[in-house]
Amino acid sequence: MLWPTLTGRGWNPWAELERLQREMNRLFESYSGNAAPSEFPAVNIWTNSDGVVLTAEVPGIKTEDLDIAVQDDTVTIRGSRPREELKDGETWLRRERGAGAFVRSFSLPFSVDADKVTATYRNGVLELTLPRAEADKPKRIAVNTE
Amino acid sequence: MADQLQKRPTEQPVKMQEKAEQTPLYAPDVDIFEREDAYVIVADVPGVDRDSVEIDLDRNVLTLRAHLATGAPEGYELTYREYRSGDFERVFTLGNEIDRDAVEASIRDGVLRLTLPKVTEAKPRKITVQAG
Repeated sequence: MLWPTLTGRGWNPWAELERLQREMNRLFESYSGNAAPSEFPAVNIWTNSDGVVLTAEVPGIKTEDLDIAVQDDTVTIRGSRPREELKDGETWLRRERGAGAFVRSFSLPFSVDADKVTATYRNGVLELTLPRAEADKPKRIAVNTE
Repeated sequence: MADQLQKRPTEQPVKMQEKAEQTPLYAPDVDIFEREDAYVIVADVPGVDRDSVEIDLDRNVLTLRAHLATGAPEGYELTYREYRSGDFERVFTLGNEIDRDAVEASIRDGVLRLTLPKVTEAKPRKITVQAG
């Protein structure tokens, strides 16, 4: 053993290395796990056999500034988030909230019945219900016996 | 709403460890600006409603907590995820002491807006000694 094994209060280089390794792991974990979404707004998609529900975090937006378009299997969300403006005598201490125009487009694995799409906006979360077009639904075929 | 503590409207209290696993904690994005007489904090807390915001003020240290209200759509399974739902928490240390009775808070469309008036410092009084 190159390094004397020290117990108690002594300096232990291996423990030091392990600690360093843990720190590094934590650093990388925080990058992969908690990284801010690169695109705005962040979206989750929920599925069942009748269609999908798309939820998006878009806080602080007016519904008239949101534009949702559905064509065949593609849904597009467009909008713009207002920038916080300062009045006279006010100074910024911190500015983290993003602002400006955004657009996101998603291709779904089926055609959407555009007439039946519903959209709600509540507490800064947009929820789109996108039902699968009737013509696109799988048909169940009964097998006749003779 | 400013300085009272509100209990989270959840079911029975769960064990600390379980709670930590179930609800991740996120730091909300904030804009902060300062006026001569107040600080204003604007925080993005999507999915949070009025009743689940908790603001705690201890002199010039402000703790902001918000519990997520939005649940999963019923009958659907999550198939693609870019964000996780959780609670928000962030602590701020402000340069001045805050007048806690005058704090204003409002929430709209997932954006929390706090106005925190500074304590107006007592002006030093001049005491004149009168000759008797």
